[in-house]
Amino acid sequence: MKSIAAILLMLSASPAALAALNVFASTPEWGSLAKELGGDKANVYVASTALQDPHRIEARPSLIARARSADLMVCNGAQLEIGWLPLVQQQSGNPKIQPGQPGYFEAASAVALIERPSSVDRSLGDVHPDGNPHLHLDPRNVALVAAALGERMARLDAADAGVFRERTKAFLGRWNEAQARWQKLGAPLKGIGVVVYHKNLSYLLNWLGMQEVGALEPKPGLPPSTAHLNELLEQLRRTPAKAVVRAAYNEPRAAEWLAERAKMFAITIPYTVGGTDAAKDLFSLYDDTLARLLTIAK
Amino acid sequence: MFRSLCCAVVLATAAVPASAQDTELSKLREALRQLQQQVQELEKRVQEAELKSGKPQEAAAPAPPPAAQPGRLGASNGFNPDISLILQGTVARSSLDPNTYQITGFAPSGGEVQPAPRGFGLGESELFITSNVDPYFRGQLSVALTPENEIEVEEASFQTLALGRGFTLKGGRFLSGIGYQNEIHQHAWDFQDAPLAYKAFLGGRLNDDGVQLRWLAPTELFVELGAELGRGRSFPATDNNRNGANAWSLFGHVGGDLGESIAWRSGLSYLGASPQDRGFTDLDTTQSFTGKSRTWIADFVLKWAPNGNASATSLKLQGEYFRREESGALAFDTSSGDYSSRQSGVYVQAVYQFMPRWRLGYRYDRLDHGTVSSGLGLTAQDAPLLFTDYNPTRNTAMVDWSLTEFSRFRLQYALDKSRPDLTDNQLLLQYILSLGAHGAHKF
Repeated sequence: MKSIAAILLMLSASPAALAALNVFASTPEWGSLAKELGGDKANVYVASTALQDPHRIEARPSLIARARSADLMVCNGAQLEIGWLPLVQQQSGNPKIQPGQPGYFEAASAVALIERPSSVDRSLGDVHPDGNPHLHLDPRNVALVAAALGERMARLDAADAGVFRERTKAFLGRWNEAQARWQKLGAPLKGIGVVVYHKNLSYLLNWLGMQEVGALEPKPGLPPSTAHLNELLEQLRRTPAKAVVRAAYNEPRAAEWLAERAKMFAITIPYTVGGTDAAKDLFSLYDDTLARLLTIAK
Repeated sequence: MFRSLCCAVVLATAAVPASAQDTELSKLREALRQLQQQVQELEKRVQEAELKSGKPQEAAAPAPPPAAQPGRLGASNGFNPDISLILQGTVARSSLDPNTYQITGFAPSGGEVQPAPRGFGLGESELFITSNVDPYFRGQLSVALTPENEIEVEEASFQTLALGRGFTLKGGRFLSGIGYQNEIHQHAWDFQDAPLAYKAFLGGRLNDDGVQLRWLAPTELFVELGAELGRGRSFPATDNNRNGANAWSLFGHVGGDLGESIAWRSGLSYLGASPQDRGFTDLDTTQSFTGKSRTWIADFVLKWAPNGNASATSLKLQGEYFRREESGALAFDTSSGDYSSRQSGVYVQAVYQFMPRWRLGYRYDRLDHGTVSSGLGLTAQDAPLLFTDYNPTRNTAMVDWSLTEFSRFRLQYALDKSRPDLTDNQLLLQYILSLGAHGAHKF
């Protein structure tokens, strides 16, 4: 019994846990943002990777254990994580991160969502009633979320509030500069039509002025079917598109199949931080995404 | 929407009998005019907003999206709890009559242990209603509408949200935290029926009335300890109609990740009970047990998916070992004598998703009748069910196909040797459909 207690003590004494804000981030992009804003005053745990479908993470024991000690849960919201995050919260035994508490932050609460369905029904596939939740691929949204998150972190940790506000200001400065650069860089992409895998790139295409001419999924959340791909191929013969674009976590086969037959580029973009080797943080995520997309415009 | 509502109101007002006072009417009409005006204003605003957000490919440099709180404000049904419904059913054939099903060597547990009925059979339709009560509690109800047209309360419980320090208290009727599969709802099982060990030792599953306290350690490794006190309303306990608890349990689970691709959980549980006159009939003779019952469960589950992305392929391994010791008195017909038993059971199963939508599964069940001794000198001739040297086994294979995460069809075949010298070939086709709120499934 004593030895068990000793082991528990050893396990609990993780050194970085002292005097820093413990942040549990559901997805890599918001984890990366929390790191930018928190610096060494925040201890950020990221619950998923860029190669995992954010809709389909499981409420694994490791996530529950990490949520137990979190001061702040940063999630995407708009029901993106509805299949797993509520369970993590309920089982965490942690009152701080329950919905409605200051320790629970939804990125979607800081921005206006697009593609909000006028009606919802499961026959339409996996639709999100509040609108499209994949909001981080519009840099203007990232800025809005950063401002709100920085303020939330400052509110939660009064001792380091100055640091968080300072870092948020600095981040937004760098972000605005980068955004102006990306805007210029992305200009040639305007008006180009692409086929997407899932409706997870709508904000990106919106921002760049690109057009989505189809999706490999017959309905959101359903895997691509042969019948649907053939239909799409027929449609592309009449009105061609330049490329099939998929996120790193989307399965490649259908995209490659269609790209080959419709003579299009098959582009893989990182989608979030860690999706490619180059996408190490939010800045390089956008750099790499644009570089990959620009191969279409050449 | 608003307009049609207004029209309806106008019609309703017009239909009021002439005896209604004129002043009332004119007041109503005035209110209606104001309402219509407000609706028009609102519509105008919506149109303006739509124009502003516009189509981005047309705008040269679209303005940044407004920082808005979209929320679902205003709707009075916003506070309605999440409701979801499971519909399920089977079509089955079996070589032995499911109504005569028994697990040899083990006292009947009185639960839902029979194989699926022959021919077309409706499964239990399960209705789930859950919601936060306030910042401190969460409530959950799950009821099963049985094919026999009965309503069965499976769970009706509250859970605390704000105790803190890793503590959670549950009360009411709930699925016990012992073992692994016990807390998984039946529609989320990987096979149509429960493992033999669950049927023999827990009557399919344990959902007692009582309280549960859980504590989660503040560690990176998942360490969870729990204790329960219960009424003992089902096997192996009995409801003894006394002040205090008739069943109690302790459990501990540890878990974590091995790299990005593997997640695991393992645990040990103990279930204690003091059943009184827990009876059943064998060869037309009534037997009943009074004494102490102790059950231990060791469980593990391991899930693998490449890079932790289970959308294309994944593997799930799961197994549990049960051991039970009972000692006390066995009443046999009109006499009574000492009784003790030591029995065990195990199952292991693997479920492999080899492509999106398709999974293959295999399960092996084995029960060990162990040692059963009676002071009355009973033998297999007096009580063949308990006094046997037979060890039941079962092999089950299944393939299931899920069009979406809300619909699943399963083909399952089992070679069930729960009865000595008899093999039951069970073949079934099952459907499981979930409607309504998006449920979250436990690990």
